[in-house]
Amino acid sequence: MSTTDTPISTIEEIIPDKRDKVALTDYLGPIVVFIFFIGVWYLLSCVVLPEQKRFLLPTPHKVLSDGFFVWRSGERRGLQPILMSVWDTAKIALVGLCITIVIGMSLAVLMSSSRWLERATWPYLVAIQSAPVLALTPLIRALIDGTQTQRLLVVVLIAMFPIVSNTLFGLLSADKSQHELFTLQGASRWTRLMKLQFPAALPNIFVGFRISAGLAVIGAVVGDFYFRQGGVVGVGAQIDVYRNRLWGAELITAIILASALGLVVFLFFGWVSRRAIGKWHITNRGH
Amino acid sequence: MRTADSTIMSNTTPSSNALLSFNNVSMTFDEGTKALDNVSFSINAGEFVTVVGPSGCGKSTLLRIASNLEANTGGTCSIDRESIGYVFQDATLMPWRTVARNVELIAELHKLGKTERQQLASDAIDLVGLRGFEDKYPRQLSGGMRMRASLARSLVMKPKVFLFDEPFGALDEITRERLNDELLRLFQHEGFAGLFITHSITEAVYMSTKVLVMSARPGKIIASFDVPFAYPRTHDLRYEPEFGELCGKISHALRGAHE
Repeated sequence: MSTTDTPISTIEEIIPDKRDKVALTDYLGPIVVFIFFIGVWYLLSCVVLPEQKRFLLPTPHKVLSDGFFVWRSGERRGLQPILMSVWDTAKIALVGLCITIVIGMSLAVLMSSSRWLERATWPYLVAIQSAPVLALTPLIRALIDGTQTQRLLVVVLIAMFPIVSNTLFGLLSADKSQHELFTLQGASRWTRLMKLQFPAALPNIFVGFRISAGLAVIGAVVGDFYFRQGGVVGVGAQIDVYRNRLWGAELITAIILASALGLVVFLFFGWVSRRAIGKWHITNRGH
Repeated sequence: MRTADSTIMSNTTPSSNALLSFNNVSMTFDEGTKALDNVSFSINAGEFVTVVGPSGCGKSTLLRIASNLEANTGGTCSIDRESIGYVFQDATLMPWRTVARNVELIAELHKLGKTERQQLASDAIDLVGLRGFEDKYPRQLSGGMRMRASLARSLVMKPKVFLFDEPFGALDEITRERLNDELLRLFQHEGFAGLFITHSITEAVYMSTKVLVMSARPGKIIASFDVPFAYPRTHDLRYEPEFGELCGKISHALRGAHE
């Protein structure tokens, strides 16, 4: 047949991929916001705050000189003790996040295969999500021994919900006809989970990872506040000390580094996500 | 072979060597909707039967019963369940798999070894004309190419019976006609029995050895037309007077189906 001889590419064109282009404006935006942020900071520090209260918010250059550019002064002041405490918090956040991912994803898999279990657990997951963890700290202290375990528990409680909800949503997102394709081949539940539901859920799972990673850092900092003991302490505890002693530059430095930790974790999971699913998954902006 | 005459098919006895046969099949859904009423017909190897009918008349339900996705509530449907190819309305490709890996999927679900299924997939990709696109992801393909990949996936296990649920309904006319030709070529090459669902009378006549007209719900076969044109059929057939005449007759029967 003559009609089938035409090369396919002349009739049905490959859809071009335009996602990899990064425009200058992509970098310009964050820079503009940063300059604006520093401006507001100077304004607050030098104009809004009266001179005797300026120690509450030292100027950016004072934070740099006293916080970032002093390696160590005494037991607690300087960049080195702050970095040590950030590292301590990072470890708790990471271990806590791993525990959360394992528990949360297993729970989501179970919930996806049983409507009954989904209905039974859902209200309590929402409740944990919205429960004020600070209010639970005396209870946690009374029930669990060891500051590390207590801190991990706070991380897990705070970071759990997005993992479960996003994974579950993703597992249930495969099309009916895709499921039917598997049904027609007599695929087992396990095959269906591994070859259909799980890959289909990956975009959502990574969204959950990203949100939970940020929350895990928050959880770890909050945990530092309430559960600490001597020696190296988490950045949350460090911040509390600086606050009590009115060491403004160190306080701001610690806060910036704690936020940076959250940002690093967030960016890391964004990168992992693009590596894993970037080839086939597109996020739509609507234009 | 009979000529293009309309014959009322109420109780045709299915022949014994049929690959797919419906015997007085009825279907009433749980909520009480009667979708199919006493449907009987059969398809032999080398036959391509198309069902046309009003929307919601239960055409797709026929396929779902044949493939055991739904259980009929009356009558019997006999088919070799191990050897069915099912082509869905949409391409149903897995977006995370490349074309080659998508085409492999059914062989993979049948637990074939890696080398074997790669070979089968590679052959099927040649058959549908997707050579060179093996490593593309579905989102990089046009609708027509996705449908080709979907066809290739069904072809891999060389099923004896093919069920097509309006596979080209969402495509533009040029692509649809091109895929009609491709599918006819595959039909001749592979010699399967085909049951095809469509809204398009032209497509039905162009593709089939026989066209069945279904009534509105509950679906009954109200007319059957043998299509006398020999294969291979070419594009120009659509403009032959006999072709138009047959389409007219089917259209007339279909009009009756809506009443």
